[in-house]
Amino acid sequence: MRANGGVVKPGKLLLTIYIVLLLLPLYWMIKMSLQSNADILGRFSIWPINPSFDNYVTILTDSSWYMGYVNSLTYVFMNMAIVLTVALPAAYAFSRYRFIGDKHMFFWLLSNRMAPPAVFLLPFFELYHAVGLFDTHIAVALAHCLFNVPLAVWILEGFMSAVPREVDEMAYIDGYSFPRFFVSVFLPLIRNGVGVAAFFCFMYSWIELLMARTLTLTEAKPISVTMTRTMSAAGLDWGLLAAAGTLTLIPGALVIWFVRNYIAKGFALGRV
Amino acid sequence: MDKIPNNRAWFLILPVFLLVAFSALIPLMAVVNYSVQDSFGGGVWIFVGDEWFRDVLTDSRLHDALLRQLAFSSLVLIIQIPLGVLIALAMPARGWAVPVCLILLALPLLVPFNVVGTIWQLFARVDIGLLGNTLSDLGIEFNYTDDPLHAWITVVLMDVWHWTPLVVLLCYSGLRAIPPAFYQAARIDGASRSAIFWYIELPKLRGVLTIAVLLRFMDSFMIFTEPFVVTGGGPGNATNFLSIVLTNWAIERRDLGPAAAFSIIYFLLVLLICWMFYTAITRIGQSDKR
Repeated sequence: MRANGGVVKPGKLLLTIYIVLLLLPLYWMIKMSLQSNADILGRFSIWPINPSFDNYVTILTDSSWYMGYVNSLTYVFMNMAIVLTVALPAAYAFSRYRFIGDKHMFFWLLSNRMAPPAVFLLPFFELYHAVGLFDTHIAVALAHCLFNVPLAVWILEGFMSAVPREVDEMAYIDGYSFPRFFVSVFLPLIRNGVGVAAFFCFMYSWIELLMARTLTLTEAKPISVTMTRTMSAAGLDWGLLAAAGTLTLIPGALVIWFVRNYIAKGFALGRV
Repeated sequence: MDKIPNNRAWFLILPVFLLVAFSALIPLMAVVNYSVQDSFGGGVWIFVGDEWFRDVLTDSRLHDALLRQLAFSSLVLIIQIPLGVLIALAMPARGWAVPVCLILLALPLLVPFNVVGTIWQLFARVDIGLLGNTLSDLGIEFNYTDDPLHAWITVVLMDVWHWTPLVVLLCYSGLRAIPPAFYQAARIDGASRSAIFWYIELPKLRGVLTIAVLLRFMDSFMIFTEPFVVTGGGPGNATNFLSIVLTNWAIERRDLGPAAAFSIIYFLLVLLICWMFYTAITRIGQSDKR
């Protein structure tokens, strides 16, 4: 855009500097992941000394390590599936209808994100133990719904409100049933919203640690917990830890790659 | 938009309600129970009324932690929201650079909390960390384990690094959703760049900024793992945020009663402040429309 000619250049400079600063800590982690623990602690260097992939080999060949990634991904995707399934109809109701208690319900959902976890973890543990779900993937997936469902409903409601109600009415006149209308007409219209909501669910579930740690022991132990157990052991292997941390970036980067267009095309449609 | 009154919409809400209620109501009731009882072990509980609440409300360590927490959250919002908006404005609107920027920006968001802590713990170390080492080469004796100010800088910088991209993503997609007609009209009127920002872009970003401010407030106000890994609350009590104090009470001191009372007050505080933000931002929006 010519009109913005004066602003573009400092903007690009700012963006470049910001991204470089953003990547520095990540670079540092990747650098360390390529070194042995002795070399990391030995002396300071900008580039990796004696680079090798030993740390990665250790992680990818030891099932107590790599199963952490498998477990995390399993419950994260379960969580995404559950959240989207229940949040889509709910968001539709909030965006289209007025009903008794709608505003209170909305804020109540949101308020579930606001409870400090420390003390809630104990009853959480007892609850999931009592229903026999302790140490399963589904337990973590259900627990993470607590903070992902409200966010997904909020995001989807914004997108749905941007779709004119005439679309619904036309479909009903054409003889569509509600489920068929929802899946074949409505969902394609809000697919950007579904992409964005899916990304946020993935992100929050993937990085969450406290609940996942409380609700699992061995069978469903997530990678972030595998890493803390290593940290509390006597000798810290920073190289191994850095390699494990680097690997946690990869699934997320893939997810962003898939949803990049949805994010770019507008989050706020309904709310602007 | 005028919505149709229809109470059958509750059937659409029901799955969400049941799912969230399962994980929310029973633990909440348990915490309320803890907060009014004293345990003598062996499952013996005695009702103590509001004793824990009075203890918590008059505890000066908690007042200090609350002030620290408010300072931290304010600082985080003051830095991250404007920075996020600025970076979103600087992002390219189309072309190959868009996906590249988005992916690079979003990377910090996908790092688990404890890994963020580990990264910064190492990054800020003077002997082997890039940040600490560079600063000491510049003649600043950076030491986040001894100097409270340096510990704060590290923790705030870490949070800015981790979460500003969230604000950027939200604002960027908000900006992309502004119809081009608005910009064309502005150009015809000869509006300056700053006028476009204040009268077109910023009002249109209100929705995403509400989400950004609320999410950033809640998460920063309950921040736990990252400072816990990096500073452990120290030096002294300098970065002993509310959640760290709470966890100490609940897990290390095993004072379930006071910790539960503390949790409930903490929760109500977050709720209150979020509600204030929400109404404030919505009200600004309404006065804009008039």
